[in-house]
Amino acid sequence: MPSTLEISPETIEQNRLYADMGLTDEEYTSVVKILGRRPNYTETGLFSVMWSEHCSYKNSKPLLKKFPTEGPHVLQGPGEGAGIIDIGDDQAVVFKIESHNHPSAVEPYQGAATGVGGILRDVFSMGARPVALLNSLRFGSLERPRVKYLFEEVVRGIAGYGNCVGVPTVGGEVQFDDAYNGNPLVNAMCVGLIDHKDIQKGIAAGIGNTVMYVGAKTGRDGIHGATFASEELSEESEEKRPSVQVGDPFMEKLLIEACLEVIHHDALVGIQDMGAAGLTSSASEMASKAGTGMTMNLDHIPQREENMTAYEMMLSESQERMLLVVEKGREEEIAAVFRKYDLEAVAVGEVTDTKRFRLEHHGEVAADVPVDSLAEDAPVYHQPSKIPEYYEEFQRMEDFKPVVTDYTKTLLELLQQPTIASKEWVYDQYDYMVQTNTVVSPGSDAAVLRVRGTNKALAMTTDCNSRYIYLDPEVGGQIAVAEAARNIVCSGGRPLGITDGLNYGSPENPEIFWQMEKSVDGMSEACRMLGTPVISGNVSLYNESFGGQAIYPTPIVGMVGLIEDVSHITRSHAKAAGDLIYVIGETKPEFGGSELQGLFEGRHFGKAPELDLEVEALRQNQLLTAIRSGLVESAHDLSEGGLAVALAETLFDQELGCDVTIEGDITTALFAETQSRFLVTIHPENKDAFEQAAPGAQQIGTVTDDGMYTVKQKDVVMEEKTSVLKTAWKGALSCLVKSKA
Amino acid sequence: MRKVKIHITLKEGVLDPQGKAVQHSLKSLEYNNVHDVRVGKYMEVLVDDKEDLEAEIDKMCDQLLANPVIENYTYTIEEAG
Amino acid sequence: MKCAVVVFPGSNCDRDMYHAVKDELGADADLVWYQEANLADYDAVLLPGGFSYGDYLRSGAMAATSPIVEQIRAAAEAGKPVLGVCNGFQILLESGLLPGAMLPNKKLKFMCHTETLIVENADTPFTQQYKEKEEIQIPIAHGDGNYFCDQTTLERLRENKQVVFTYQTNPNGSAGDIAGIVNERGNVLGMMPHPERAVDALLGTDDGLRLFQSILTYWREHYAINA
Repeated sequence: MPSTLEISPETIEQNRLYADMGLTDEEYTSVVKILGRRPNYTETGLFSVMWSEHCSYKNSKPLLKKFPTEGPHVLQGPGEGAGIIDIGDDQAVVFKIESHNHPSAVEPYQGAATGVGGILRDVFSMGARPVALLNSLRFGSLERPRVKYLFEEVVRGIAGYGNCVGVPTVGGEVQFDDAYNGNPLVNAMCVGLIDHKDIQKGIAAGIGNTVMYVGAKTGRDGIHGATFASEELSEESEEKRPSVQVGDPFMEKLLIEACLEVIHHDALVGIQDMGAAGLTSSASEMASKAGTGMTMNLDHIPQREENMTAYEMMLSESQERMLLVVEKGREEEIAAVFRKYDLEAVAVGEVTDTKRFRLEHHGEVAADVPVDSLAEDAPVYHQPSKIPEYYEEFQRMEDFKPVVTDYTKTLLELLQQPTIASKEWVYDQYDYMVQTNTVVSPGSDAAVLRVRGTNKALAMTTDCNSRYIYLDPEVGGQIAVAEAARNIVCSGGRPLGITDGLNYGSPENPEIFWQMEKSVDGMSEACRMLGTPVISGNVSLYNESFGGQAIYPTPIVGMVGLIEDVSHITRSHAKAAGDLIYVIGETKPEFGGSELQGLFEGRHFGKAPELDLEVEALRQNQLLTAIRSGLVESAHDLSEGGLAVALAETLFDQELGCDVTIEGDITTALFAETQSRFLVTIHPENKDAFEQAAPGAQQIGTVTDDGMYTVKQKDVVMEEKTSVLKTAWKGALSCLVKSKA
Repeated sequence: MRKVKIHITLKEGVLDPQGKAVQHSLKSLEYNNVHDVRVGKYMEVLVDDKEDLEAEIDKMCDQLLANPVIENYTYTIEEAG
Repeated sequence: MKCAVVVFPGSNCDRDMYHAVKDELGADADLVWYQEANLADYDAVLLPGGFSYGDYLRSGAMAATSPIVEQIRAAAEAGKPVLGVCNGFQILLESGLLPGAMLPNKKLKFMCHTETLIVENADTPFTQQYKEKEEIQIPIAHGDGNYFCDQTTLERLRENKQVVFTYQTNPNGSAGDIAGIVNERGNVLGMMPHPERAVDALLGTDDGLRLFQSILTYWREHYAINA
């Protein structure tokens, strides 16, 4: 890159160089107005990254306001590194989800790895020890060689980073659909634990205090990553490969331990990680939040490469870096803590009362802008929205009615669909046990971790069936939240709150903006009804690939619940023959967006399944009460593939059998994806008490020890060895990965 | 200053799963003339020149850079530009 | 009995080991930073799993060059029990305290799940509470757990009963299905599976607890009388 300092403000304006950095003409004009002059090259860079969608949420802000963000237990809502919810005993749970879609599409191993690294820093910069990682992944069809490569490398990247830092990867989901062929989604969620007294804020308070830099040196990697993440993928994206960052999990591990030690030091004033837009966003946000200003001398920034310009340093997205504000005169005490871990903490600046963000480099002023203008004055766009034609067409359609001739064959096919098949091939590569708190490991409805030293446990899950959201964003949005809550409840937990990972196409397309609007409406309604405020989140837009093919709208819900007593922990696996099998909730012939529809038709269309939030809340409460009363042996939510699939999954662990009788239309009873339903097994002696606790529950059969999956109506509908079903389900994914594309 | 280029390879007789995998992939790309692949490591070390530099490099390799139980090493020393 | 859990930069099973010994076994334990440790103060030395120095270069290689290794060697020579788990095992191999080396898993992937181990030698300070040929459930979590040694060494290990644990179904390609070995004297054990993850039935298995109980019993029989 030529020396950028020489490019004059006039040239930037005349040649519209700001547009290359992602600023529109109007945005550039308002920068000129704010400064009262033309910005220089570095300043133009500062505004371009801080005003990108990734940092400013300029397109999504009006929607994010709709989310309920408050609740009696919320200690920290959106705005800091991660949200915090009280779990009693002066402890709290900290969590957030973040996307790393665009980097992962270009360089999947590093993209996924650095996604994990970034979300970890968001959590430990709050002062919390990271205790769990989850990942919500979406890929296209595994029949495509490129998709297969992305899938394998993303999983390897998550494993490479998470395993090394010693934070267990305990759950999440992986779904496959053609809608993600050109644009995979990689959303990483981190959960941390904290004592109330240790909660940190990313603020640059105290005029005269020292700004310190710690962690990896700054290189030229990731420059303009934030604007890159706010553009559609194009063939040029491949060429942007050098801008993808490389992660160093060993450095991260040292930073975790050092930072968790330094937060107990009273000389520490504020701490924040350098995430998207690196030094620019961390420094300016810390000052802006504190109502102060900041001066930094870039000559002191530890640099990995020679001759770096101010622009490059400020926009670098080198990983594993933290920014600290420290009481003046006590820098050495803080540096000593880091030195133990072979980390160097360097003074790079000072907190000022000017409310300006001033950068010096080689004895000259490289930038001097009002600090709030970067963090607060980004434009907000109210994008136009339009009901898509496809939606109106879907609403007019007759209900899709699949014709199944061989129920067992169909079940076997469903169990081998990559979205339903066992994800063991994935999670066997993740260390999900380190820290020795994992009670329920990947493969059940939600992961469960005990809280050491207490009788409590945390349940956590990520969920989003984007097919429903594509068919009907509002109802689909409701379902995403409801399904996450179902998974928490099935594990014996009370849902506490959510973090949302909102992934969409271009907001400038009115039909996509409509999807965003409606799904956020749906999620907000469900959050209110189920008492789960949104405490943190992330927005990833422009998820479109060559040719403008947008992904399905995919607002991922990461939810955490509290299990008040470890004895309430419930799994989805049936425990013993002789137990009674119940379904809670009636079944309707709903196949729009179903797994069966995809299998038979190769696409999804029609109406999404209905959802009544009041019924949902009531049933969840009833089931949770029954679990807490010790009446339930296993609980599993009915989702993709309906009852037939859920029943099989319930039996797999010990290869038990079942003797089940179904009523009404067989295809509907087995494969419909009607919402608000649960599959529960109970001990026979709890029959009366359970039926009282869950009045709508219907007994459909019993668990047997003959290892046969048997479903009858008048005659036998299905009869197959559970082991045969399990083998198909268990091996499908690794088979797809290994098969030659 | 000298630039030392060090190649570390697995000893003969030590199974090399990476090499096997790469060989397999090359085969599936229809490079049928490939008979064996061994994966190793390559390092560049910049050092001040000294009289018994070779002895020191040997020591570095024996002590840390290579594991004599499974690995061999070779190196060349060049003028660092 | 006082145990030192040695923490290297990048160790990440150090707290798990500490809790296993302190909370589940009920012995004294300290987490000691590799630069600050004085192992002479301890009765047993535990090297935890993790990714010391990021597993860069070779797993355990860089930790094996740090000065604390001389203290570990001294503890071993003094007859104290020394246990290396996973990365701790790799460090013991790289430092020459145990014979052999680790290669990447046969399938080249990190793997994490519970394996069935066979206790091949129930007459060591680490295994006296198990029965010979007993099958136990212990988790593994590693990428480089494919134990390698030459044929002569393997035969010697078998003759001397230095093979302590084998895998029932070899997951990683290890020579002789080896999951854990001791030195000739029997007081240094290296194993890839994680006994410290198997000390509480709530988490799936507590088959590893007896390994720690064995160490405690051994210490009582050999040292506590004089203490």
